[in-house]
Amino acid sequence: MPLRLLRFGLSKKHPEPRMFTTHDQLKPAYDAVIIGAGGHGLAAAYYLAREHGMTNVAVLEKGYIGGGNTGRNTTIIRSNYLTPEGVQFYDASVKLWQDLSQDFDLNLFYANRGHFTLAHTDAALRTSRWRAEVNKHYGIESEVVGPEEVKKAAPMIDLSCGGHAPILGALYHAPGSVARHDAVAWGYGRGADQRGVEIHQRTEVLGIDVAAGKVKGLQTSRGYIATPKILCAVAGSTPRILKMAGLDSPIYVHPLQAMVSEPVKPWLDPILVSGSLHVYISQSARGELVMGASLDPYEVHSTRSTLDFPEGLSAHMLDMFPFLSNVKVMRQWAGMADMTPDFAPIMGKTPIEGFYLDAGWGTWGFKATPICGKTMAHTLATDTAHPLITGFSLDRFRDYALTGEKGAASVGH
Amino acid sequence: MMRRLPPQSHEWIDRSRTVNFEFEGKQYSGFAGDTISSALLAEGQTTLARSFKYHRPRSVLSFANHDASVLMQAGDVPNMRADVTPVEDGMQLTAINTFGGLEQDKARVLGALSRFLPVGFYYKAFHSKRLFPMWERMFRFLTGLGKVDFAAPHLRTPKQYDFCDVLVIGAGPSGLSAALAAAEAGAAVVVVDEQMRAGGSSTYQPGSRMAVSLLEKVQAQPRIRLLTGTCAVGYYADHWVPLVDKDKMTKMRAGTVIVAAGAFEQPAVFRNNDLPGIMLATAAQRLLTHYAVQPMQRAVVLTANADGYRAALDLLEHDIEVAAVVDLRKAHAGGIAESAVHTRGLEVYSGACIYEAIATADKRGVKAVKIARFDDGQAGPEQVEVACDGVLMSVGWAPAANLLYQAGTRMRYAKDLEQFVPDALPEGVFACGRVNGVYRLDARIQDGRRAGLAAAAYLGLAAVNESPVVQAENESPTHPWPIVAHSKGKNFVDFDEDLQLCDLQNAVQEGFDNIELLKRFSTIGMGPSQGKHSNMNGLRILARLTGKEPQEVGTTTARPFFHPVPMSHLAGRGFNPERRTPLHGCHAKLGAVWMPAGMWQRPEYYAQSGKSRTQCIQEEVMAVRTGVGIIDVGTLGKLEVIGPDAAEFLERVYVSKYAALKVGMTRYAVMCDESGVVIDDGVVARLADDHFYFTTTTSGAAAVYRELSRLNTMWRLDCGIVNHTGAFAAINLAGPKSRAVLQQLTQIDLTPAAFPYLAIRQGEVAGLPARLMRVGFVGEWGYEIHVPAGQGVALWNALMAVGEIEAIRPFGVEAQRLLRLEKGHIIIGQDTDGLTTPAEAGLDWAVKLDKAFFVGQRSLKILAAKAQKQKLVGFMLAAGFNGTAPQECHLVIRAGEIAGRVTSIAWSPSLQRHIGLAYVQVDMAEVGSVFTVRIGNGDLVDATVVPVPFYDPANLRQKEAA
Repeated sequence: MPLRLLRFGLSKKHPEPRMFTTHDQLKPAYDAVIIGAGGHGLAAAYYLAREHGMTNVAVLEKGYIGGGNTGRNTTIIRSNYLTPEGVQFYDASVKLWQDLSQDFDLNLFYANRGHFTLAHTDAALRTSRWRAEVNKHYGIESEVVGPEEVKKAAPMIDLSCGGHAPILGALYHAPGSVARHDAVAWGYGRGADQRGVEIHQRTEVLGIDVAAGKVKGLQTSRGYIATPKILCAVAGSTPRILKMAGLDSPIYVHPLQAMVSEPVKPWLDPILVSGSLHVYISQSARGELVMGASLDPYEVHSTRSTLDFPEGLSAHMLDMFPFLSNVKVMRQWAGMADMTPDFAPIMGKTPIEGFYLDAGWGTWGFKATPICGKTMAHTLATDTAHPLITGFSLDRFRDYALTGEKGAASVGH
Repeated sequence: MMRRLPPQSHEWIDRSRTVNFEFEGKQYSGFAGDTISSALLAEGQTTLARSFKYHRPRSVLSFANHDASVLMQAGDVPNMRADVTPVEDGMQLTAINTFGGLEQDKARVLGALSRFLPVGFYYKAFHSKRLFPMWERMFRFLTGLGKVDFAAPHLRTPKQYDFCDVLVIGAGPSGLSAALAAAEAGAAVVVVDEQMRAGGSSTYQPGSRMAVSLLEKVQAQPRIRLLTGTCAVGYYADHWVPLVDKDKMTKMRAGTVIVAAGAFEQPAVFRNNDLPGIMLATAAQRLLTHYAVQPMQRAVVLTANADGYRAALDLLEHDIEVAAVVDLRKAHAGGIAESAVHTRGLEVYSGACIYEAIATADKRGVKAVKIARFDDGQAGPEQVEVACDGVLMSVGWAPAANLLYQAGTRMRYAKDLEQFVPDALPEGVFACGRVNGVYRLDARIQDGRRAGLAAAAYLGLAAVNESPVVQAENESPTHPWPIVAHSKGKNFVDFDEDLQLCDLQNAVQEGFDNIELLKRFSTIGMGPSQGKHSNMNGLRILARLTGKEPQEVGTTTARPFFHPVPMSHLAGRGFNPERRTPLHGCHAKLGAVWMPAGMWQRPEYYAQSGKSRTQCIQEEVMAVRTGVGIIDVGTLGKLEVIGPDAAEFLERVYVSKYAALKVGMTRYAVMCDESGVVIDDGVVARLADDHFYFTTTTSGAAAVYRELSRLNTMWRLDCGIVNHTGAFAAINLAGPKSRAVLQQLTQIDLTPAAFPYLAIRQGEVAGLPARLMRVGFVGEWGYEIHVPAGQGVALWNALMAVGEIEAIRPFGVEAQRLLRLEKGHIIIGQDTDGLTTPAEAGLDWAVKLDKAFFVGQRSLKILAAKAQKQKLVGFMLAAGFNGTAPQECHLVIRAGEIAGRVTSIAWSPSLQRHIGLAYVQVDMAEVGSVFTVRIGNGDLVDATVVPVPFYDPANLRQKEAA
């Protein structure tokens, strides 16, 4: 057992301070306000304070820390994207992830498990090869492997998938990892809080005050705040906030569901994704199978669950792992995925001076948390888009300069 | 000591049938009707499991599946709920998650280390980058519950759809009463209950003749179907409720839903409250009444309501000594049961609590409790020790409102009841009984009747019922703070997750002082029972620590499922639709090697003995180039648009012009999305002024039809779209000898003057009504022949028969891909991607920007003014190239940077060269320029840009002289 646990046994009182300070009042003005205390918003706050010395910052959250998509995703981290912009951006994220637990002094259970995107058709195999080639070009470990490599990593898998979707090969991405999602928000939140950033939970934004094309402040459920800079990091609520600011975006919101099994003794080491079967699966350190599938096929701004989801996903799970028949699904839930037409995020400046956007995270937001926070902090502090995110600006939709990541989306959409 | 009692009047066991089974390597026997736990308890095996974190001995707590203290491994079934699973002959059971067996579990050492393992300890250490992988292996070794058996079979359980007017969830007194009222008003009613028998609490709580007669009436009512052993596991929109029983899942669409799910009895929190022998009062009552198991010999009853006194009397009835009744309340109204307890001379401690339970020497049971005064929610300093071998806890209830929450019910904390009750129910959802805050038996029956009539009224079957809402109890059955702190802890709040009171206090101290954050940090309620026995106490603890009311603290979101559901039940028999064209059997006979194309199965090529795949494909190619080939193209999307606005519709959805297309002619068609990206292609044929027949790609068929239907609905043009994809068989007959073959089967004039290239004709082929198009996807003279699906085989056989003399050869998808590549035709999705514009793909000739409107036009106009970035070009490798050829999706590299990619490449048997298509930057697209492709091993291969088509650039093969 690590020695650092000794202090818990030896001290009379629980020797841990609060992670997040409670602030009774909002200040009348801040140098910057971040809307959304999910991983992204808190990461931006953290890097603003740590790397840019901006600490007179408020993070506003209508619910609780990490309660949106940060706490609803299936925690997969990878950088095997398709576009040069995406690959370099996510690779920088993975590098930050690898040191994050030590940086925070908080164990995020960042577990490097290896990631297989299974190909069941020659078209999927072609896309895998494309991704592998682009990845390798940028020094990222990705390889197209044959079914035998899949079998080696997960010997119990039925390579024929019930006989109707045989696995022809896979894109293997060694750095693929999972992490404890909630803890990421807590780590960034605590780090920001320690550096003077104020986190205000249960504080809803009701209006954005813009005059002459510039941000002036915002109206909240707890009063007005004056600020010259706002970062909007609210995932599925982005269209609502943008409407308040009078901005348009091509974002459309679809529910994305997930489910988790009862804990069973860990048996599955790698992360497996199948686009054809619409499955992604990993096993958490608690022994739960964490499972996801494709987006719901309709636009809905709510997090309600449907029965079709666990039905279809279970059927495909059993195609891959027939022996799970008696394993029980314990819980299902949904998040609101803010999708973009090119399946890449939107980051950077907007037509409103002082209004910065971090959105369009669809089904790929969690893995970007560190690098997005870092680059958005840079962008907000310097009023200049960080070089890693210039390919993701809102302008690209106007300028027909899309960053096509659909081929790298984890499962079909 | 637990043991089996003599026969009881309403027991659920069948003593004439003995069941023999094994647990932890030892033989046991019980009776048919026993659950696994009851059979083991009856044999004196009180330790049934080890806890999740500290590996403490555990036994029944709720005995009703409200906690997951007793999970077992039954062969290949992990996490079996032993409390409620019927025991079966020959079962081989073991405790889960032990290291060396239930008795000698080595991991029990973790209990002694608990001081060093506070809430969230795993966040606080083990995270050195270097050592984490080692620690992670340790965690993965220690965690998890049951074991998965890789040899377990794929179970395919049936699914059923069902319908009813009123679905009543819970067959206790209020549910039965509701069902009866609704049925008598004329509704078709289904009542479900997860228990094996109906009656709910009335089956084990004494004094409920009223409920028995209710059950008899329900059973006699023909409009009621009563399903026991069936759990309503979730509520989804529009009264869509999955019902899970042992063998199947039934998807019930109800007209209205009445939730009569009752309440979960809640444990008290005190030190060692998890010792075997300490259980909820209702657990003891279930054991006594249903299974004739005596749970202890000398009990202490901890209570805060009349139920506890009734339970004490119940124990006496069964000759169990009651050493003391400990009532958390100081002053209260009292009642009949309480008077009876006093009359029987039992020792009653009022305003007192159990400060701790003392374990027997072997730690497998309880030998005494320490009773202390209970003031202001705290134990007094002085204690009385009372010997006992069991404790009953009856301190309150939490509503089983999971499905009400899922339905969107707003709940309110009723202070008089110390319970959440429905405040605003969604439309068509009703609640009655304990979940509605109604506890007295007569009141529950009345409340059920009210809900039943209200449901019937909602369906228009009865007049709107005005009967008043049943009054709440005058005395709360629930104590607001059944929680006792102890300096040494082990006072468990969540038994699934081994969470003690201090764990929650510490989590709150660390800032997790919001109910959702507390759940996520401490994991309270995240175990297999999803907090049924722990969430309410957790909420009370958080409320007290933050000085808030329970209402203000609120509850966590209740999500499906009520109980975990096996994947086999959710999956059902599995549904993997596979589409086959009408010609599937013909291909199979010819030795087709299949490949999937979306849902379709298509012949990749036709195997011939003694020949390799490559050989077969090359031969198929050459047959088409030199003789005649035949391919099944029935998977293409086949649509019709009919009506006065049919031409206008096509003008809007495709990039080319169709208004002036002559009747009897076809034209290539490219479809773009709004951003100007190519999404599909096909051929449009005009059959009449107001009638077009057109094809789409195989993979795009469903999406194109869906999108066109959406657009047609939006635009409200005067035309209709019909999807004929499955209604027609389609065969492409191609090659220089195709005309000669076809001529033998049709009266249609096939001379080029009468039937020119790109024309469509309708007539008979082999006596079958057919549509024929002269198209040239593979670059040869050819006919695409469409006939009704049922006549596809006849057409195929007729063509094969008359083609024999010309050595007609069936060819598969691979040969077709090669043939079209030689001709420079692109495949959407392979030679295009999610961002490809017509100009990039070399399809700009088809785009008519001067049309009034088409989807994507605005974007294409904007793009036309911008510099093009890349272009699809044809290329060849050097003649005589004998290295490793590039593969599709290998990258074009210029000056070390990515400059494009190969989309198609193949060895061309016609040209005896490697040919391919690739995207390159525009300044590299000049014919004759050389670019490099990086292959898988990192080597660079030179390729030269050449004009396309590679084969027959002048299109001479479509001219008669050829």
